Amino acid sequence: MTLIDVPEGSLTEQPKEARKAMSKMRRIMILAGALFVLLSIVRVATDADALTASITVGAALRATIPILLAGLSALWADRVGIVNIGIEGMMILGTWFGGWAAWQWGAYVGVLFAILGGSIGGLIHCVAVTRFNVDHVISGVAINILAFGAMRYLSELLFTGQQGGGITQSPQQTSSIGKVSLPFLSGGGDTADALGNLEERGWFLIGDAAGIARGLTVDVSYLSIVAVLLVPISAYILWRTRFGLRLRSSGEQPHAAESLGVKVVPLRYWAMVISGGLAGLGGGFLAIVATSFYRQGQTQSRGFIGLATSIFGNWRPTGVLGGSALFGFGEALQLVGSKAVPKLFLVFAVIAFAAAIRAGIRRSVKSAAILGSIGALALIAFITVDEVPEPLTKSVPFVLTLVVLATSAQRLRPPAFTGRPFRSGEEH
Amino acid sequence: MSVVDDPVVNADGDGSVAAAARRRARIEAGFVTVGSSVAAVMVALAFSALLLVITGKSPGVVVSTMFDVAANSRYQFEMVERAVPFIISAFAFSIAAKMNLFNIGVEGQYLFGMFWAAVAGAYVDFPPVIHVPFILIVGMLAGAFWAGIAGYLKVKLGVSEIISTIMLNAIALQIIDWLFNDFFRFDPGTGSLDVRTKPIPASGHMPDLVSGKLNSFFIVSLIVAVAYHVLVTKSRFGFRLRASGLNPVAASTSGIPSKRMVMTAMLISGAVAGLAGLQYLLGDAHSYGPARPSGYGFNGLSVALLGRSNPVGIVLAGLLWGFLDAAAGPLQLEEIPRSIVNVIQGITLFSVVIVNGVVSRWYTRRTTEKAAAQLGMEVGE
Repeated sequence: MTLIDVPEGSLTEQPKEARKAMSKMRRIMILAGALFVLLSIVRVATDADALTASITVGAALRATIPILLAGLSALWADRVGIVNIGIEGMMILGTWFGGWAAWQWGAYVGVLFAILGGSIGGLIHCVAVTRFNVDHVISGVAINILAFGAMRYLSELLFTGQQGGGITQSPQQTSSIGKVSLPFLSGGGDTADALGNLEERGWFLIGDAAGIARGLTVDVSYLSIVAVLLVPISAYILWRTRFGLRLRSSGEQPHAAESLGVKVVPLRYWAMVISGGLAGLGGGFLAIVATSFYRQGQTQSRGFIGLATSIFGNWRPTGVLGGSALFGFGEALQLVGSKAVPKLFLVFAVIAFAAAIRAGIRRSVKSAAILGSIGALALIAFITVDEVPEPLTKSVPFVLTLVVLATSAQRLRPPAFTGRPFRSGEEH
Repeated sequence: MSVVDDPVVNADGDGSVAAAARRRARIEAGFVTVGSSVAAVMVALAFSALLLVITGKSPGVVVSTMFDVAANSRYQFEMVERAVPFIISAFAFSIAAKMNLFNIGVEGQYLFGMFWAAVAGAYVDFPPVIHVPFILIVGMLAGAFWAGIAGYLKVKLGVSEIISTIMLNAIALQIIDWLFNDFFRFDPGTGSLDVRTKPIPASGHMPDLVSGKLNSFFIVSLIVAVAYHVLVTKSRFGFRLRASGLNPVAASTSGIPSKRMVMTAMLISGAVAGLAGLQYLLGDAHSYGPARPSGYGFNGLSVALLGRSNPVGIVLAGLLWGFLDAAAGPLQLEEIPRSIVNVIQGITLFSVVIVNGVVSRWYTRRTTEKAAAQLGMEVGE
């Protein structure tokens, strides 16, 4: 191969790559569009307005944010090569410090303290793992245990005896994070609420689009906007900057990276502070935006759901967003319109039947049969089940993650070195 | 390997000298292990004292209260009773850990075992000699089943047991919640708000050894400790277990069926975990309710790490955990927040894993250096 071949090769490669990305993008858009039409049909056919109502979508957005932040936290940690089982504990730190500081000095200071609290957790985890070579999983579990105990202790010291406070709860905050609505479309600033009007008509497709758009644009907390923006920001930093490239190389081949002059250990500290800060911010969202006080157990395993979304989303920011939106929608639908939950079985049934037909066309009889029977089961569930018990919808994220791990482990690609012990200067 | 190290060659020659040296090395290793665990606890206590001073509480009061608690026979019994579930779940964790399996799911497994034991025990009526073992076996089977899912996923589909047991913990909580609310709530008709499952009849209760202070379930934890020791160090299964843990490739090359070992280890681990919640069930509450105890699984993990997966070590570490829990109440009376106990436990866990790591690296290096010096070689860093 001569030197001249290289630019030629890359010239022919590039458009193909770009075309591939385009077609993938288009496929996602088409699938999303199909899902939307399907939801709309199911809503009209079964009279389940809650499915695409702006209230549901708004609640789904609020439920998504903490999971999304926990998922990004897992993403940053895994990408630098550290397994973060301690996200739950770091979120607990975020809820406590956020709740406490917001009660003392106002909501915005609370957010800063939530980030700070979480990043302290991330820092401790990183010291244990990189400096003292502690197993990642054990250190993470220790963070969870320690965070729970320490925050309970601090609550006993600082919240007991205060009005509305106690061992398990902080006093009510008086200030809150601002909210914003889109003007003219969603009635922001006392203007017209065009989307709201459209939604009320309940027309097929248009009503649903209006409901979803309004849900995403009415009374949105500033913090939600920041959190959603963190997805493209994370993607940009991790995949488009030098810092991100080095960070990911630490999660794939740290020894090779080190031999090329990358300072792996400081990178790990940076990434873990960011990871902890994201988890802390997720906790702060729960204590400041979703409610207005700290309460013990507020995180409700969302740290673990976040961990699940990073697996579910194949360690990609967009995947994390998709996974957390799915889980957030489930949580919100249960909360706002639990009667509409069984209608989702019809959606599942249609999807499964479509996939079965596709498999049939490709002549893979076995998967067609499996998918077909799943569809049939979902159809039976839709006809017979009136209300899905809340605990079962709550367990869906965890079950789905196990199913994804069990069925498509081949398609998942975790960072190659994540979770393995790394010591600087070894192996070269 | 040099000829001098070979015990067979040395057996008829200067065998006694070599044996004495080996014994000395073993005693020394034992001292290092015990010493590092004790040091870890000391470090943790120092940190906790610092925390107390920072938050304006007196460590002196805490220490004197703890001495009072240690000297009081009532609290001694309470310590043992509180230690029992921690010890059992620590053994559950350790059995899997011997094979390098991380069973983070003890928490979910014991809750699952406890729930099914409560339900099964309430709907049958046997004489006590059958009823109590029946409940124990149901608990073990349910725990084993829940751990077996993780084992199956690992063996058949290659899913990491760490992730799957974390997910299964969360799923267990929700499934139990659902089963309890929709199927097994029992209304005694007294209008009490303390909703529980149907109570287990008296034939399924375990009597107190010391009335009101110590339940006979304590014996189960001793049996588990002895069984663990025999199983791990004396049986063929234990040999295979340790071999697979120390060097999985060598073990499977020499014909140890690794997949079956993973499955068996998970099933046994889960079965033991299924016992952890049963002291509460058989000796105290006699039914399941939302007010059930939680955290045995994760505390058991701490106890197993502090006890270094050694049966005596686990029992001692469990007693320390039980002692700390027992001291929470008296500390509260001295106006020290009782959750300081949780903090001490968390810090201890952290310092244990850090000190263990540091000491074992130091010890390995020293041993290598010493051996090299005896052979007249330099150690390359």
